[in-house]
Amino acid sequence: MSEDILGTAAAWAAEGEQVAIATVVETWGSSPRPAGSMLAITASGRMAGSVSGGCIEGAVADVAKQTMADGKPQLLDFGISDERAWEVGLACGGKLKVFVEKLG
Amino acid sequence: MTPEHLARLQQARAALRPVVMTTRLSDGIQVLWPEDALPGALAEAAQKAMADDKAANVTLDGEAWFLQPHNPPLRMIVVGAVHVAQALVAMAAGLGFAVTLVDPRRAFATEERFEGVTLNHEWPDEAMEALAPDARTAVVTLTHDPKLDDPALDVALRGKAFYIGALGSKRTHAKRAERLKELGHDEAAVARIAAPVGLDIGAITAPEIALSILAQVVARRRGK
Repeated sequence: MSEDILGTAAAWAAEGEQVAIATVVETWGSSPRPAGSMLAITASGRMAGSVSGGCIEGAVADVAKQTMADGKPQLLDFGISDERAWEVGLACGGKLKVFVEKLG
Repeated sequence: MTPEHLARLQQARAALRPVVMTTRLSDGIQVLWPEDALPGALAEAAQKAMADDKAANVTLDGEAWFLQPHNPPLRMIVVGAVHVAQALVAMAAGLGFAVTLVDPRRAFATEERFEGVTLNHEWPDEAMEALAPDARTAVVTLTHDPKLDDPALDVALRGKAFYIGALGSKRTHAKRAERLKELGHDEAAVARIAAPVGLDIGAITAPEIALSILAQVVARRRGK
């Protein structure tokens, strides 16, 4: 079966999990995942899909926890011009924007 | 995303209805187009995102919107329930294709050999007419038998399939090309057929041949 991130997210929500969805909305340069790529995350730490080659998933998961808590969507910038990118190790040299929203 | 929006999106996907999830990035407000209306410029952009099968960003009146198309899965029609098909349909499903396997020979096209696969036991021309391959469909013939492959290719060449591949050696294909020309297909039409099928990676085993076919299908899909 092909990956169905939204289906997985819906199944997790049906199990009573708190779920957030992160989506790549824009990329510049050599980003490994194209716009539209999704990562579903639960408050309990389950993850499905990806928004990068693994460079920023940890940072996105941290923001997702905040979004699950306060319900506020976030638009995140990652890139070499962004100091935070060094913190999370965006080594690919690309830039991308990720939208994080709560399911619910 | 509200549970209601997710449920409606999943319903549309299950019903193979193409939709575009449109998100206002400042606050996460969402519109599921075309079931919900969008203002003109956004609707046009949504139409384009759907046609291109590519996410898009639009700024309208100072607001940034993200448009994500959800098209039905690409289809793959495999003719011939042979050994290579067993590997191919499993791997194609993994790549997200909705696969239909066509073979009137019920001894080959069994549930046991193709568990969970959509099987079609019609004669290939009838099956292909009914399945109507479009620009989001790949067609692969694997029977090696002109009685089965030729009618399938005949129908496929009259449609817009983005990929048509046929198993068989150069010599087999040369004869096949002649037969298809006799059916009224010109040189350019016959040249659409990838044959011998698959990228030349020296494939020998059934899964290796399936891999070479899928690699070629992906390359065609991505314009390489």
